[in-house]
Amino acid sequence: MKRYLQVIAAVWWKDVRVELRSKDIFTGMAVFAALALLILNFAFELRIPDKRLVVPGVLWVTVAFASVLGLGRAFISEKDRGSLAGLLLAPVDRSAVYFGKMLANLVFLLVVELFVLPLIVLFFNVTLISAPLLLVVALGTIGLAVVGTIFSALTVNTRAREVLLPILLFPIILPVLVGGIRMTIGLLEGEPLSKLGNWMQLLIIFDILYLVIAFLTFDYVVEE
Amino acid sequence: MALIEIEGLEKAFGRHRVLRGIHLTIEAGSAVVLFGPNGAGKTTLLRILATLSRPSAGRVRVAGVEIRANPEGIRRYLGLVGHMPLLYDDLSAWENLRFYARLYGVERPEARIQELLERVGLWPRRKDLVRTFSRGMMQRLAIARALVHNPPILLLDEPDTGLDPQAAEMMTTLLREVGGHARTVLMTTHHLERGLALADRVLILAGGRLVFDAEAAAVSYNDLRPLYDRYVAGGV
Repeated sequence: MKRYLQVIAAVWWKDVRVELRSKDIFTGMAVFAALALLILNFAFELRIPDKRLVVPGVLWVTVAFASVLGLGRAFISEKDRGSLAGLLLAPVDRSAVYFGKMLANLVFLLVVELFVLPLIVLFFNVTLISAPLLLVVALGTIGLAVVGTIFSALTVNTRAREVLLPILLFPIILPVLVGGIRMTIGLLEGEPLSKLGNWMQLLIIFDILYLVIAFLTFDYVVEE
Repeated sequence: MALIEIEGLEKAFGRHRVLRGIHLTIEAGSAVVLFGPNGAGKTTLLRILATLSRPSAGRVRVAGVEIRANPEGIRRYLGLVGHMPLLYDDLSAWENLRFYARLYGVERPEARIQELLERVGLWPRRKDLVRTFSRGMMQRLAIARALVHNPPILLLDEPDTGLDPQAAEMMTTLLREVGGHARTVLMTTHHLERGLALADRVLILAGGRLVFDAEAAAVSYNDLRPLYDRYVAGGV
């Protein structure tokens, strides 16, 4: 188990180090998210009397689409120099490689969200920063990172990976997005977290379900 | 003692059969060079040995253990150098080796990494990002990467691809040093002279079949060249 955790930590460290140097993933996601929010702000400005009505959708659509950009590049550094084979040669169960990459993607997505949330406050003048809402965003982001990482591994060697990844990701991630949106609506309308238990359960159950499926299938996804 | 045993190995991608009934035994400490034209199945054979690809049929044992039964354990025995260096451009030479040492759980990695970087002549460039390296330097670092956990088996898949003659010669010298009889080496290449210089035993793979197997000492370049050309042209 110690070796397994060491490999997870090594892969995570490597991805974070590479991203700190290249900033490929963060820059792409952050610029896209900022532009999307700007466009959505102008799009809704003329017709919507209360911007709180659209903020949950704006938040999750921005996060979901920005995450596709980042997740699509999750295995690019492996593809460039064939390094995926190097990772898969590690003498440990390959799911450790998956968990290392998934945790790195989770950190990248959370960092982008820390950038996105204040922008939404700025553009839409809505109070978004609260502990329950950050919890909901974190749970939704875990789902995105879990599913996105496995599909990124699946599509990295395909020619049409930019198209294939969202086509595969969005239908599967729909329960997580719906749960996140419904909980964000409830919280913005002033409902306490305790009254949103069903949606919370949905988010947690799908996060765990996807994690188990990814753990069981990663080896088959990456092996010829 | 046989370190690698392959019996009736088959691999197909859809209807395309890449390997057709390979039988091969490789003794511990030997240096085996596998020649073959493009598409002969050389890379596929090495990828199966490295547990990166599943065989369609047949048995492969490393150190007496079936590779599908314990792939994690088998990987500890193997170092792989491929056409691609399996390195990260945005990490330095030191960081790349440090990362792979952590993957393999190498004890006292700093000493091992220093020893390897000195051996491949990259110690002065240890802090430089790999993206600044030439192709020859990358391949030398790739050899260091493959040796970081001191594996008893070294798999080399056309490690001289894309190298200029000088860099290729340097690589041959390096491979001779790291091979020796303490390590079992299985290398694929198109370059007959270079392969013969390293080999104890030579094989030719063509059309997914092993069509030639001889001790290197019993074969000269002049014998091998027409034979190889015939198999390449014939597409056996």
